[in-house]
Amino acid sequence: MSEFKVHHRDGDGFSVIELKGYLDAHTAPDLETTFQELLGDRKFNIVVNCRDLTYISSAGLGVFMAYIEDVRKNKGDIKLTNMSPKVYNVFDLLGFPILYEIYKDEQEAVNKFKQSKKV
Amino acid sequence: MAKTLKKIILSSTDNLLEVREFVSAAARDFGFSEEETSKIALAVDEACTNIIKHSYKNQPDKTIQVVILRQPNKFEISIVDEGRKFDPEAIKPLNLKEHLSHYRRGGLGVYLMRTLMDKVEYHTISGKKNEVRLTKFLQPVRSSARR
Repeated sequence: MSEFKVHHRDGDGFSVIELKGYLDAHTAPDLETTFQELLGDRKFNIVVNCRDLTYISSAGLGVFMAYIEDVRKNKGDIKLTNMSPKVYNVFDLLGFPILYEIYKDEQEAVNKFKQSKKV
Repeated sequence: MAKTLKKIILSSTDNLLEVREFVSAAARDFGFSEEETSKIALAVDEACTNIIKHSYKNQPDKTIQVVILRQPNKFEISIVDEGRKFDPEAIKPLNLKEHLSHYRRGGLGVYLMRTLMDKVEYHTISGKKNEVRLTKFLQPVRSSARR
């Protein structure tokens, strides 16, 4: 049985959330908790690495919607990376690429945060 | 081959994975591609999630009946609950761009179901049960050799 794991690590001026397994209405609260912790610690530059994410439903997508406004109000962002075509398709169906920056790999997203820090 | 498959689950999100696996196996067996199978499983997940959250208000001890009806080239999933009466008229068509611009997280499940499936219908059974019926047609495979 596939399971869901969420793990986060901190870099220099950014945090990375790694997702593994399936993100549905059952597992979405685990991701919410991680976002709440990061925002509570005033960490607003967030990269979500979806490399091992095998499934997402609208309940999972809703978590990103719940925090993006707060994050951007605090001059941060949620950038998504390493999506499989299957997961990307769901984001795409719901128009999320208009709202979120999606990168091929984690380093590209990290570089974007570093560039915006220099400006 | 049996034409009807049935599964009854309790109304807990814990059971969503089991439903997705049940529907995926049947869809693959019916002849759908992996991509189409994923779409069907996601639509059923969204329907069951809506029932758990809105019809049963997260009470985990109610039942959801999932019946798969297989006809030639037509794959139907009937999902029945006995929770709060559902009024399909209350669902307004979603303006996705406008919805996203307000960072609204709700309502996306119904939009997905309608986008992923060929047909989404709502019925009331015996005045007290809600049924959502999802339909996907199996498209005949075109021969690539034809010119």
